[in-house]
Amino acid sequence: MSQSLRIENLHASVDGHEILKGLTLEVPKGQVHAIMGPNGSGKSTLSKVIAGHEDYTVTEGSVFLDDINLLDLEIDERSRAGFFLAFQYPHEIPGVSNANFIRAARQARLPKGQEIDAVAFYREMYAKMDELGMDRKFTARSVNEGFSGGEKKRNEILQMMMLEPKYAILDETDSGLDIDALKIVAQGVNAMRSPERGFLVITHYQRLLDYIVPDVVHVLHDGRIIHTGGKELAYELEEKGYDWIINEPVAA
Amino acid sequence: MVLTPPEETTTRPAASWCDAAPVNDADAGLPDWYLELRSAAWARYNALPVPTRTNQQWRFADLKHLRIDNHALPAPVSASVAADLVARAVSERPAEFAAHFVFANNRLLHAETPALPEGATCLPIEDALATRPDLLRAHFLKHGDFLGGEKFAALHAAATLSGLFVHFPKGRVAEAPVIVHHFIGGEGVAIFPHTLVVAEDHASVSVIDLFESINGKEDTLVVGMADLHADRGGRIQYTSLQDLNDKGAKHVQLQHTRAGRDAAVKVGYLNLGAEWVRNESINRMVESGADCQIFSANLANDVQEYDQRTLQSHEAQHTTSDLFFKNALYDRARTIFSGLIQVQPGSHHTDSYQTCRNLLGSDEAEANSMPGLEIDADQVKCSHGSTSGTISDEEIFYLRARGIPADEARKIISLGFLNESIEKLDGESVKEMLFARIARKFAAIG
Ligand SMILES: Nc1ncnc2c1ncn2[C@@H]1O[C@H](COP(=O)(O)OP(=O)(O)O)[C@@H](O)[C@H]1O
Ligand SMILES: [Mg+2]
Repeated sequence: MSQSLRIENLHASVDGHEILKGLTLEVPKGQVHAIMGPNGSGKSTLSKVIAGHEDYTVTEGSVFLDDINLLDLEIDERSRAGFFLAFQYPHEIPGVSNANFIRAARQARLPKGQEIDAVAFYREMYAKMDELGMDRKFTARSVNEGFSGGEKKRNEILQMMMLEPKYAILDETDSGLDIDALKIVAQGVNAMRSPERGFLVITHYQRLLDYIVPDVVHVLHDGRIIHTGGKELAYELEEKGYDWIINEPVAA
Repeated sequence: MVLTPPEETTTRPAASWCDAAPVNDADAGLPDWYLELRSAAWARYNALPVPTRTNQQWRFADLKHLRIDNHALPAPVSASVAADLVARAVSERPAEFAAHFVFANNRLLHAETPALPEGATCLPIEDALATRPDLLRAHFLKHGDFLGGEKFAALHAAATLSGLFVHFPKGRVAEAPVIVHHFIGGEGVAIFPHTLVVAEDHASVSVIDLFESINGKEDTLVVGMADLHADRGGRIQYTSLQDLNDKGAKHVQLQHTRAGRDAAVKVGYLNLGAEWVRNESINRMVESGADCQIFSANLANDVQEYDQRTLQSHEAQHTTSDLFFKNALYDRARTIFSGLIQVQPGSHHTDSYQTCRNLLGSDEAEANSMPGLEIDADQVKCSHGSTSGTISDEEIFYLRARGIPADEARKIISLGFLNESIEKLDGESVKEMLFARIARKFAAIG
């Protein structure tokens, strides 16, 4: 049984238009991998396909979370199996308080008939909000409604901390964050790094990777991983752009 | 919870008003002016035509619900049922309350006034007629404007018996709410609860009426009326929580607000039960600085029909109003919203808003919205709009991506949709009661 998030030869399309064109990638438990790539290369598509978004059709390939074939599961089952996606553009849910939302997500993980201990839940959530520098007022406010870009991103990380997934994809969590917020969010992620958990961090900028130091960096272009390297690759990309990789012949 | 039907303990058969005026046990001792008012109302009821299809004020309404002359006044409930009802009502009320009254089938079962400010009055209408005749004469059943429900109003005036008179003299303030339960039970019976709230200068009070059935399946009729008078700087919040049985219960609630100088009135309607509901809400801002806010959250399923007509009447300068209604519809449910903003001549510097939003949970559900605007003044800010839509797939996806099953996600989103309106009311304990009731219905409709 392999302990990893394993994406094999993944093909996915929207309205018959292929976006992922045979993507292969493995994040072993305990590691942090980064995906970098130009706009439109398919980074968000990859993350949403794994989460199970219904706009995308998987035409070939597989995604395994340890020994579970995620593509066989419903959207909510994938989450409960231990997968988490911090969205690039988190949705707003009017009228639903953040606390109730996170509580419902936790409740969904309990056996039928078992109720959440509300006092312990709030204590835990407040502690995690403090770690992320989130004001208590965000428990009562509607999910993401009227949040700034940075507040939404912190809220995604709060959810991740509360749900303790086995594998998490962070889709451009750094965009919209100023440097102080970035440090706080990175701290939150680093605190969750463990031999029992894997991360796939999607970003445009090497800046984030100064704070969440990856074990491996992949370059995504036109729906495929075209290059894989160590953390120094991020600096190279920052300096030279993507063209030198895109134009080199893909290794057989 | 379904209780056993009330035992017949009355000494004479309850009258049906097919051919005679409804007669009440407690008529003896009522003042002459009131008895005259009642017989005039009875004559009016008989003279007024039943609304027809061509009547604009009943547009989109299913007129089959208007058969109301086949009901009778109910017998009182038995002692054991009464004890159950009081226990039920007491278990639901919040820890803090200014007063709590329980009526069943037109009779008072329970009265408690633990936190009324000194000089403030909460009395059953019948008692108030005897002990506060001047105040009652000044305010009780005084106005004659309705939005199509004239015949119901006349019947109410002819037959009303139960309900509460709430009087807060100058400067009296209660933080905790006045809670009034109205229970109805018995096949083919009707009750006519009246709520009269008078807040004098700078007084402040919150009143919540809860309408509930004793039995699960019965043809019953509630024709209630709420009259709200807020004088200079006075504040009233009035909430109607309707949770009658959805197999046969009908509810007409006619409400009238008169907001004086710098007065602020909030009105909330929560409809969950009943087969058919007609709410008429007239809100008059008669002196400058008056503000009226009207909110509604309605959760309709099966073949329920909720018909709401509103008027925001600006009759003085510098008056403001806001209406925010939300309907969540399932199955073959129908809702009708007809709202008019009227800015009377000379009522300059008026702000008035009106929004009705419908969330359609089924292809067969039907939401009708008729917003309207009549402006006869300058420097006026008005907007009205209505929208209908379904739950967005992206919202459901977001919740499911956090592990929440699809059905549960839909419920949470619909609940949030309705909460947005309820949240605008004041008082955490009142809101919690409303949230709990909505959650209960969502749990029941699965
Ligand atoms: N739901 C969608 N419908 C149509 N096209 C889409 C959809 N999602 C993504 N695409 C297209 O797929 C390509 C990859 O987009 P995306 O995955 O968002 O890229 P990235 O996150 O790397 O910037 C783009 O050309 C984008 O326009
Ligand atoms: Mg993207």
